[in-house]
Parts: sequence; C-alpha cells; structure tokens
Amino acid sequence: MAIMSFIFVFFFLSSLQPILSLYEDQVGLMDWHQQYIGKVKQAVFHTHKTGRKRVVASTEQNIIATLDLRRGEIFWRHVLGPNDVVDGIDIALGKYVITLSSGGSILRAWNLPDGQMVWESSLHGPKHSKSLLITTNLIIEKDNVLIVFSNGRLNAVSCIDGEVLWKRDFEEESLEVQQVIQPAGSGFIYVVGFAASSQFEMYKINAKNGELLKHESTVFSGRFSGEVSLVSSETVVALDSTGSILLTISFHNGKISSQQTPVSNLLEDSPGLAVIIHSSITGIFAIKTDAATIFIRVIGEGKLEVVEKTNHETVVSDALSISEGQQAFALVQHAGSNIHLTVKPAHNWDSNLLKERIKMDQQRGFVHKVFINNYIRTDRSHGFRALIVMEDHSLLLLQQGAIVWSREDGLASIIDVTTSELPVEKAGVSVAKVELNLFEWLKGHVLKLKGTLMLATPEDIAAIQYMRLKSSEKSKMTRDHNGFRKLLIALTRAGKLFALHTGDGRIVWSNLLQSLHKSESCRQPIGLNLYQWQVPHHHALDENPSVLVVGRCGPSSDALGVLSLVDSYTGKEFSSLCLVHSVAQVIPLPYTDSTEQRLHLLIDADKHAHLYPKTPEAIDIFQSEFSNVYWYSVDDDNGIIKGYALKTKCSGIVADEFCFDSRELWSIVLPSESEKIITTATRKLNEAVHTQAKLIADQEVMYKYISSNLLFVATVAPKASGEIGSVTPEESWLVVYLIDTVTGRVLHRMTHHGSQGPVQAVLSENWVVYHYFNLRAHRYEMSVIEIYDQSRADNKDVWKLVVGNHNLTSPVSSYSRAEVITKSQSYFFTHSLKAIAVTLTVKGITSKQLLIGTIGDQVLALDKRFLDPRRSVNPTQAEREEGIIPLTDSLPIIPQSYITHSLRVEGLQSIITVAAKLESTTLVFAHGLDLFFTHYAPSRTYDSLTEDFSYALLLITIVALVAAIFVTWILSQRKELQDRWR
Amino acid sequence: MEKGKGIMGSGRRWAVDFSDNSTAPSSRDIPDPPGFARASVDQDDSTVSRQKKDAESNWKAQKAWEVAQAPFKNLLMMGFMMWMAGNTVHLFSIGITFSALWQPISALQGVGKVFEPYKDNKVDLLGPKLLFIALNLGGLALGVWKLNTLGLLPTHASDWVSSLPPAQEVEYSGGVRHGMIKNIGIVYFVDLRIQNLNYVHYLGKFDFVTIAMEFFGFINEIKKIISLLSK
Repeated sequence: MAIMSFIFVFFFLSSLQPILSLYEDQVGLMDWHQQYIGKVKQAVFHTHKTGRKRVVASTEQNIIATLDLRRGEIFWRHVLGPNDVVDGIDIALGKYVITLSSGGSILRAWNLPDGQMVWESSLHGPKHSKSLLITTNLIIEKDNVLIVFSNGRLNAVSCIDGEVLWKRDFEEESLEVQQVIQPAGSGFIYVVGFAASSQFEMYKINAKNGELLKHESTVFSGRFSGEVSLVSSETVVALDSTGSILLTISFHNGKISSQQTPVSNLLEDSPGLAVIIHSSITGIFAIKTDAATIFIRVIGEGKLEVVEKTNHETVVSDALSISEGQQAFALVQHAGSNIHLTVKPAHNWDSNLLKERIKMDQQRGFVHKVFINNYIRTDRSHGFRALIVMEDHSLLLLQQGAIVWSREDGLASIIDVTTSELPVEKAGVSVAKVELNLFEWLKGHVLKLKGTLMLATPEDIAAIQYMRLKSSEKSKMTRDHNGFRKLLIALTRAGKLFALHTGDGRIVWSNLLQSLHKSESCRQPIGLNLYQWQVPHHHALDENPSVLVVGRCGPSSDALGVLSLVDSYTGKEFSSLCLVHSVAQVIPLPYTDSTEQRLHLLIDADKHAHLYPKTPEAIDIFQSEFSNVYWYSVDDDNGIIKGYALKTKCSGIVADEFCFDSRELWSIVLPSESEKIITTATRKLNEAVHTQAKLIADQEVMYKYISSNLLFVATVAPKASGEIGSVTPEESWLVVYLIDTVTGRVLHRMTHHGSQGPVQAVLSENWVVYHYFNLRAHRYEMSVIEIYDQSRADNKDVWKLVVGNHNLTSPVSSYSRAEVITKSQSYFFTHSLKAIAVTLTVKGITSKQLLIGTIGDQVLALDKRFLDPRRSVNPTQAEREEGIIPLTDSLPIIPQSYITHSLRVEGLQSIITVAAKLESTTLVFAHGLDLFFTHYAPSRTYDSLTEDFSYALLLITIVALVAAIFVTWILSQRKELQDRWR
Repeated sequence: MEKGKGIMGSGRRWAVDFSDNSTAPSSRDIPDPPGFARASVDQDDSTVSRQKKDAESNWKAQKAWEVAQAPFKNLLMMGFMMWMAGNTVHLFSIGITFSALWQPISALQGVGKVFEPYKDNKVDLLGPKLLFIALNLGGLALGVWKLNTLGLLPTHASDWVSSLPPAQEVEYSGGVRHGMIKNIGIVYFVDLRIQNLNYVHYLGKFDFVTIAMEFFGFINEIKKIISLLSK
C-alpha cells in the first residue's frame, strides 16, 4: 500500500511515546472502580464509643476490613496473603483490632480508626493445633492481656506492644485442645481438650504467670468427635464419634464429672448423625441433624432438655452480653420470601427480646451467618441490629425490621466473565430525550466552551466536571453507536450471576442460579465457566442474547456436569439441565445455527464429545465440519499433551446421536524428570487480525503465521516449580513450546537456562509474550516470540499480486506443514506479574498494547513495540522509519501508562479485554477483590473526537468564517462598483 | 463587452481609408513619370515581400525550436531540485514532485497553444512539437521516478499484500489445560508488593512538552486513519 510509506515521514516519532495518561479531570469519566471484601467469616462491632460506629470483619478472602455501620462503606481494608488465613479477630482496649492469622502464628494489632498496624508478633509452638484468640479483662503488670492458643502453646500477650508475657506448651502428642476458657473475674484459665480421642483433659492455669495449677483427665468408653460447645464457664458439651451420644462434662473446681445422654432420649424419632453447631450461649447449645436443627438446654447437673426443634434452615449467632449477667443471641429462620430475625435472652427461651420479619430478595439465597449487636433505645430498652451473610456472599445490616444497607460482596470472587450487548434502541425514544435536553445540551456546551477559553469560574468547572461524570449517556440501557455500553456478565464462586453495566458499574440484574444450587442430585455444585451461547446480530435480532453457564456437581473432574442458559437482558434462567456425563472441557465451536446459537462441544472425562445444542440443525452443521474438528488436552500431572479427532457416534449403551467418540491422533510426552507443565496459552477465539503481512524496512514483507490452533506451553524443571530462589540456576530451566494443536507439530522450542516460573503468557496474532524469573540475572524477564510463515515469502511478483494471481488468501490446512521461522528476544522487566492480557480491537488494525497486572495490583499498559524481536542496538534508517525502537536491556515503565491511574484492584486476578465497536478503543475489565473498568485506546482515539471536544467552539468558528466571507464579498462588490465609476 | 460594443458603435467620428490604390495610377489626369514602369515596381515589390516572408518563417521555425527546447532547462532545474529535496517524504519533496508531475502535464495539454504563434504554412512544426512532447514526457518520467523513489507508487509486493486478510483455516482445534478448569481460586502474591500509587502524574495541560508530544501523537494517529481509509 503506497500510502503506508507516506507516513514514514513520521519516522522520528518512533522513538517518542505518545502520552496515554489521563488528565486529572478525566478520572471517573470512562472508568469505575468498586471495592469489595468477600464473604465475611467473623464480624465484631464497635459501637460503644461516640463517633463513627463501625464493624470489623474478617473474610474468607483473608481480608480485614472495617465498615461504616451507617452506610456499609469501607473505612479501611487490609488484604493478607493467600497463606495468611485469618483465624480470629477481636477488638481490644476499644482501639485496637487484634487479628490472629497464618495458622495462629502471626498476631497483629491494627489501629481501629485508620487501620495502621500497631504491632505484630509471631507466635510459634511445638506442633500444629487449633488457633484460639481470647480477649480478657486480665491485667498483668498494668498490661491488658490477650490469651492466644496456637501451635500447641498457650501465650499471654500484652495488648499494648504485643510482647509475650508468658507461655506454656502443651506438648503431648495426642492432645487436641478444644477450648480455652477464662472465666470472667477469675485469675485462672481452663484449657480443655481431648487426648487420644477418648480422654478428656482439663488444665487449670494461673493467668498471672502461666503456672499449671491443676491437671485432670477422665477416660470415656467412646471416642469424641468434632467441636465442643461451651454452655457455661465450667461446662462443655461434646458428641461422640457415632453422633448419637451427648456428653455433658463439667469441671467445676477442677473436678471432672460427666453425664452421657443418648440423642435418641431427647428426640422421639431417630435423628441420624448429629453435629454440634458452634455457639457460646450460656445454658443452650444446638445440634444439627440431616432434617432439623435442635436447641437443647442444660439444666442443672448435666440434665438436658429440648427447647425447640426447627425444620427450616436456621442460623444462630454467638451470645452477646447486653447487661450484667444477661446474654442474648439471635436466630434467623427462613419463611418463604421473608426471613425471621429473633433475638432471645439466653436464660429464657420462651421470651423474645425482638422478633422481626424482613422481606428478603430470593436471589440472595439462605442466610449463612448472623452477627448481632445491641444499642440502647431512647426509652432505655434494648435495640438490636444484625449483620447477616447470605448464601451469595452478600452482607446486609438489618435494623428495625428493614435492610439498612447491603453489599454485594460475592463480586469479590468472580470466576469467569463474559460480555453481552444491550438491546437496540427503539425508534422515537432517543429523539424525545434529546429534544427535552436540547437546552441542557446547549448550556453544557457553552460551559465547556468557557472551560476551553479559560473563562470558567471554579463553580463552572465543578459544574462541568459533575456533568461529565454524571452523563446519562453512558449509563443508558441501550446499545450505543461506539459499542461502549455493554453488559459484563460475571459468575461468582457462590454460583450467582451478575450483570454489570459498563457505563457506571451498577448491577443490572443478578441471579442465584437454581442449577448451581445444592440439591439431591447435585451435592456440591460449583460454577466453572461462562460462554456466549447466543449472540444475535444479523438474523434473529428479535431474540435476546444468552449465556451458557457450565458447572459441575463436585470438585473432581468426573463429577456430573450442569448446564444453564441465562437470558442476558433479563437474567432469567430459561433452561437448565443436569447432564448425564461429566464436563472436562468445553469447546465453543466457530459455527452457529440459524438462530445464532453457538455450537459447543463438551468433552467428558471418558473423552467422549457431546454436542450442544441438541438440535437436528446443529448436528447437520456439525456433520459438514465433522472431519475438521479436533481437540486437545493438556495433562499437567503427567506432562502429556494429546490431540484427538472425532470418530463416529458413541459406542456406549445409550444411543445418542449427539455423542462422538474420540480418536487419539498425536501425543507429546514431556519427560517427567526434567519438565513440568506450568503454563499454557492460546489465542482468543474472537480475536480479529487485520492482515497477514508485516511490512518491514525497505518495502520487504514478512508473512505472519496466523493460526488459531497455536498452543503455547511452558515447562520448568520439576525442582524449580517451587518458589523463586529455591533452586540454583544450574538445576533450573524453562522450556517453551509452540505447538500446532491439529497435527501436534512442535513449531518452536526454546530453552531458557537458569530461569524459573511462575510464567505468565499471552498469545495473540503471531506472537507470544511471556514473563518469568531469570535466576542468573536475579531479575524478571519478558520474552517475545514472533512466528512467521516462510513458505509464503516467495510471493514477491508484483504483477501476480496486482492481478490477484496468488494463493495467499486461499484456505490453509495445518497439514500443509508451512515452513516457519521464529524471531525472539528477551528483556528485563522490573515487576512481577499477576496477570497479563493484550488489547483487543474490533478489526485488529490498531496497534497492540500489553496490559500487565503488576504485583501492586495495578494495570500497566506496555506498547508491544517494546517487545519487538527485531529491535537492535543501532537500527538502520529504514528500520527507524518502520518504528523500531533502539534496543535496551530492560522494558521501560512509563508512570503515565498505568491505566488504573491512582487506583488499585486489590487481589488482581485477571484482566479481560473486549473490543468496542470503535476500532481505536478496547474495553478493559480487571477483577480480583475489586472491580475496575475503563476504556482504553492503545493509539489514542484517532477515529472519534475526544470527549472534551468543544462543539460550541467549532460552531462559533464556522459562523465567524461564514460571516467573514459574506462581509468581504459585500466589500469587494462595492469596491468594484466604485472602480467602474471612476 | 456589451458596453464596449455600444461605445464603439456610436462613437465612430472619423475614419481613415487604408485601401491600397497603388496599382491604379495615383491620378487619372497625371500620367506616370517617364521611366516609371508600374508593373516593374510591382514585380520588385513582390520579391521583397517574399524575402521578408521567408525571413519571418525562418525566424518562426527558429523560435519554435527554441520553445520546444525550453522544457530541457526546466528538466535540469527539476532534476537539481529533486536531488536537493532528498528521498524522504515531507512537504518540500512532495511539493517538488507534484510540480514536476504537473508542469509536463499542463504543458502537454497546451502543446497547440504554445506553438500557435509560430504556425505558418511554410514552417514545419512537427519536429519542434515532437521534441517538446518528448522533453515534457521526460519531465513526467522524472516526476514519476521521483514519486517511486519516495515510495509513493505501489511497485512493491508489500504494497499489495499489506491489507490481505489472513487465510482461513480448514481445521479447528479447541481445548483447555486440565489444571485450569480445576484450580479456581484467588491467586495472591503479597510479599513483593510494590507501592506505586504515587506514580500517577497528572499532567499540566499547557506544558509545552506535553503539547509537543500530543501533536506528535496526533500525527502518529494519521497513520492509523490512513490505514483505515485505505481498507
């Protein structure tokens, strides 16, 4: 193309980078950011002091956060590591949040108002054990004391500085400590537990110095199982391993006395295996059987009495002491679309302190946890508020019979994301709206003009900013011309599907999928993936698009599969089926039927392929392409990559015409003693490639090897699969392969000696970029491999090309064994990565940028030109013109190219890029605990006017020009006339 | 024009009759002087005029050849200018090249007009015309050659394949790594947390460097537009 050379004039630009950063006033214009904390595991209220009332929560995502009790906003939040599981939290001295984490080995204190860490101490012990954190009112040498039991050691830790005041080991091999009790106001501590499963042990310890005061033990005929429930400071209840006998053990004054009560004595019908529910209510404990939850009261000397038996899903809170010696606890029960919140005093089951009925959204599922807190009403009676955690991981605060606030914390654990288009705008709707807003529109542009001409007052500037941020345009529920407005459909770990609007991130609909709900046939359902099932565009436009949710009944790969089809506009699950086979892989095929439903191939654990949708039309389409469909599997554990073709119909018992047998075509067996697969990467199915040719200097052409069947595999030495630095460079290597998955041909293999994983890779067009650690250089590296088709390079005759006498666009087969050459280069890179992605545009013309999820949870854009294997130290003039950057040993990190600007996507997990309709723009969605969305134009928005373009200025300029033309025309007429008269 | 005609029509006040009465005796009454032969004068006159005409046509032919050779100088000039302009595409070289292309074309269009003044029955204009055309064609060729050296002519294979879409593939293969579907969980890396929050530089809008960079960026984008348009 001749004009391409025209732009070579700008060769000198190749060494410059266009600035891609934002201006301060553009923050929030295209992007939104949402913060979540995950499923709450434990919550502690802080409402005593005057000031902001707050709740401290620890979550299953290992986060400690304090939330505003009034609105549910996050005050501060700390993300602990994946191995730093929070075991317990509490508030000490009214100003410190104490957390015990990492299996009881790290104790930290955080300042409650601002989340600064005050102290940290590490607690080690002789053996692994349960971790317990108890705050006490004990004072040793003016220090308030925390009692921590962890790793087989009892520690008394000072609240002020985290210093261990005394410690005591419990080293007996078989001892399993169950409870540590510090009766209020006493100077001693009880440590109770089981030894050898059948012996009850009780230690009485002096709380001042850790001295052992008394040790008693009793042997039981049966064996203990599970938890113990504390019913008073000197009585515990335990169940035996058969789950049928309740043991009430009291150790009053160091004397152990026990009572055995068969569960069947308490209940008429045989309840089956019972489990004790963890609670700490004086006098009452609860057991759970298959059918019911039973509350049992302990009366006097080990006598038990059933107080209530509920058949519903019931959740009970911990005890809350509301006044001197009085305790209360909350019960939450479901009744249809309502939930009943009941608060009862511990001593009197029959009376209720509070009974409320709250309407609950069905899409939140069951209540999983409840935490209560009390406050004094103006009439000096007790009021209660309850924080409940729902099945979909959402968090709600209930007070006075209403939901005060709710947080959709399920979005902190997104498994998979896909997108869907919005409905097409109906005629007439938009026009009316524009007419209504015409004045507003004009006013807005006048304001903008003022801003441009720097005439705006600070109020005007604020108004402009507000207008830009609150633009109704971006959050409309219809499709837009540029393709910026879409629905992001996210599947969370709780099995809930959310649709988020890309304009402002609000939840359009959510659906707790019934098919991913626990049922008789499916005990442990888990959601796996989301696929676009139906994307109507040409015909079938009147149908709504839909997504396919693939799930599995259980964690193992041979568990039965679950499919569910959800309408993208409404969120309704219009079809769901429990499969009779397992789901090992889902392969979306590049074929659609007449209603634009995409054909999917589900591979089960027995390597049978099942075709969906199960319609005759689908099978017809599939039959015609039958011989060209292949699939492959990568077995990490054995290091085998296998390729399969489809064979005839299943030879199974049931005649199923949608089921096909597989035939193994090829296999690549990696030697297990030297290589272990750690990463694979493939091209995105929907990636568009504009051209197969790459122009290089001096008008030469290189033909890209573009194949969607390319698989990148990275392997490391088995020794080196651990953490970085665990091996010497000599015994560590990284081998990368590029494999054609149709024929199993290894197109390229390369070894990086002295390098180690983890490897993050992205494959796009004809190149792959991967990131790893170089042990020799002690730095991270990024490498690029570009692969070119050498067999096409002979197409040099211009005349043949002019008349179209070439085979460059004719279909190619992998079996034609194209001769390929690869070019590669490595660069140092400062950051370690969490995720890597590449920008995706609708036609693939715009140059690519890599989106790098850094260790600091930010997303950094890096121009692909920096990762060009043809970079050299001194590029020739022609190469410079082409845009090759002189070689440097490391990749630059340009601070302005952080697309997350000042925000962080905590716990960044993956970056998803979606093409907008506008060629220059790609939509970027990064998720982890937080969600972040923005528009990104890798080469700036060259095909549209910028958002802050002043139409008013343009209009005024045009008017002024027209006026000037008119005036000068009149003047010239007049002058001519005068000349004539002269 | 209308006005002019009117003025000329009505404003004729005097006239001179230039009709030649030389062949007739100046006056019927007065005989010619002795020795004066009217016819011989006539004869003499005609030879003089023929000589005059010959000289004129010679002169015309000479002029025509001169005119025909004029583009040669132009050619040399153009060549020099092109050499000065260099081989990179910028405003100067583009301008020179296009003027080098335009001049011969416009000259060729007006071949007739150029040689109009020298049109004569006795003058053979074919030779000069051919030379003129040849020289202008030479100029045109020079312009085209320059265009090619600038890389603006589609004479390379790359010009024809750069927008060829990738070939369609016959086979389709799909699959996924086993481990990927199995290990759904949050991956955390905390120990190497690097705080780079303060890296965000909000740029001053009227910083000179920024504007310059923006400008270059804008030009860079034209590349994209062109490639879009050419699609």
